[in-house]
Amino acid sequence: MEDLTLRHTTRERARGNRQMAIIGVVASGNLEVLTERVLPENECVVEIRTAAEGFGEVWAAVVADFVERHSPGGIRFAINDGGARPDTVSLRLAQAARLMESDQ
Amino acid sequence: MTTWQQNRTATQARLKDGAAFAKGKVVEAADVTRLLEAVLRPGDRVCLEGDNQKQADLLSRALLEVDRTKVSDLHMVQSGVVLPEHLDVFEKGVARRLDYAYSGPQSARIAAMLFGGKIELGAVHTYLELFARYFIDLTPNVALIAAVSADHEGNLYTGPNTEDTPTVVEATAFKDGIVIAQVNEIVDHVPRVDIPGDRVHFVVEADRPFFVEPLFTRDPAAITESQILTAMLAIKGIYAPYGIRRLNHGIGFSTAAIELLLPTFGEKLGLKRRIATHFALNPHPALIPAIESGWVEQIHSFGSEVGMEDYIRARPDIYFTGPDGSLRSNRAFCQTAGLYACDMFIGSTLQIDLQGNSSTVTTSRIAGFGGAPNMGADARGRRHPSEPWLKAGHEADPDGSALLRRGRKLVVQIGETFGEKNAPLFVERLDALALAEKLKLDLAPVMIYGDDVTHIVTEEGIANLLLCRNADEREQAIRGVAGYTDVGRGRDRKEVERLRARGVVQRPEDLGIDPLDADRSMLAARSIKDLVHWSGGLYAPPSKFRNW
Repeated sequence: MEDLTLRHTTRERARGNRQMAIIGVVASGNLEVLTERVLPENECVVEIRTAAEGFGEVWAAVVADFVERHSPGGIRFAINDGGARPDTVSLRLAQAARLMESDQ
Repeated sequence: MTTWQQNRTATQARLKDGAAFAKGKVVEAADVTRLLEAVLRPGDRVCLEGDNQKQADLLSRALLEVDRTKVSDLHMVQSGVVLPEHLDVFEKGVARRLDYAYSGPQSARIAAMLFGGKIELGAVHTYLELFARYFIDLTPNVALIAAVSADHEGNLYTGPNTEDTPTVVEATAFKDGIVIAQVNEIVDHVPRVDIPGDRVHFVVEADRPFFVEPLFTRDPAAITESQILTAMLAIKGIYAPYGIRRLNHGIGFSTAAIELLLPTFGEKLGLKRRIATHFALNPHPALIPAIESGWVEQIHSFGSEVGMEDYIRARPDIYFTGPDGSLRSNRAFCQTAGLYACDMFIGSTLQIDLQGNSSTVTTSRIAGFGGAPNMGADARGRRHPSEPWLKAGHEADPDGSALLRRGRKLVVQIGETFGEKNAPLFVERLDALALAEKLKLDLAPVMIYGDDVTHIVTEEGIANLLLCRNADEREQAIRGVAGYTDVGRGRDRKEVERLRARGVVQRPEDLGIDPLDADRSMLAARSIKDLVHWSGGLYAPPSKFRNW
């Protein structure tokens, strides 16, 4: 197990008003993402607990691209990872951001 | 005096020697090795029919047993090297030289034997190339073929897996060669005549039916959300704008996902009857929901697929069938159809380099080419226009004269940026080059050349190579969809954004694709059992795909 915490300053707040969402499953090659709207509007934190060690650099790249593309200001993401590939991580983060765009 | 009938005279002598082991045309299984010793001569060119689906396995085993003082140094000219016996004949010295097209399950051993000098390699071909050479410089002296049944005159019924048989027999029988067929049974009347009896010299009833493997069945349960996202990108970003109606699909999970998204995602986009109506394709079970939903008008097949027999029989409006009701496939014709009558090939690969060259070779395996290079190549001899072909041609050469401009076939490589065992799809240098150096080959085994590839689709987006104007743009477009592979992370981010602004690179959000739609609930069938339901119980999956 490895724990990583990635902090970013965002351009704008995440759209929508939903307070919390969860998507995905903790399974081999998959991951679960819990999102909560609990941070100041220009901050984003991604906390990762992963089964695969030594991929910190790739996580940093995936999360930086995600923040750049979606600007999820105000959201804390907690990821429970079962060794998902970067493409799956990107997709789950995009899905999580989409869920938070809804109004409730 | 010149004699012009030496081959015929020699063949008649061989047939006479062989007749000693036959009653009429029928030979007992126990006598086949002796028959082969009687009709074969050292150095003969022999086609030991190895197709995708049906294998002349009894004849392979019999050939392995021949007396090497009578039969040796054969030159094998066959499309598929798939059974262990196909290589055992080289180990034993019965055969020496090999020209072939595909070696799927034997790909590691064939590489080791080539490296060890056990096999003298002619060349690795595509199917159509090897078939072509059967009529020019690789005409078989003897063909050992497989069929479902024969009558006493030698008329053959191949069943739905006709595949290579008509081509092999045509080249052999009409050039004074000898044709020996193994069949599952000898009957009074064959259900239909796939090969006329006057082209067949000997018939052997096998002790057990020839081996058939389900090669084209993809379990929808194994399709990932990344594959669904990638498939949606292909449908919305390529099929729809080009209006692709005539096409060929590869056999991977990405294209299976496309097949399963047509009746759902495709329907939502209003694309029914506007895309994916005519196929050169094996009977993929994954296409059943699209067929049942009225998407598909017609399919011609290279071969058949295990379990699809009754479904095909009940859907003659879709498939090519004989008077007996079962599928009639033909690899040579279907390959030609894919080359000249389809506007798109879309398939997966193992490695793509920075120029877009792709290969399924790894350093220790030579899988051969099969048909993909023919499907995945622009047909320079094509002359009939179609909307997608003209549009692609225009994108590649917007300033040329419309009346003189060549159209382009769409050749699309689709896949996830990381494949099995997290192997990156994108590489700086293909493993095929290392293999070519190791084996001292004249050519690296490239499956599809970069200059034929028009689009690359991954979960990150679509790269349209037709719109690239130089090698640098092309490289950055490829890097721009290469995700978090080293190649992808080595991109020039500003240049990729410029390409994106021009539509050379398109992201899911550029195409209005919602990531929440990349969900398994979007698949028309989510299991093999769902496919059975869609088929009204006509599809009978082989046991290895049944988990209920």
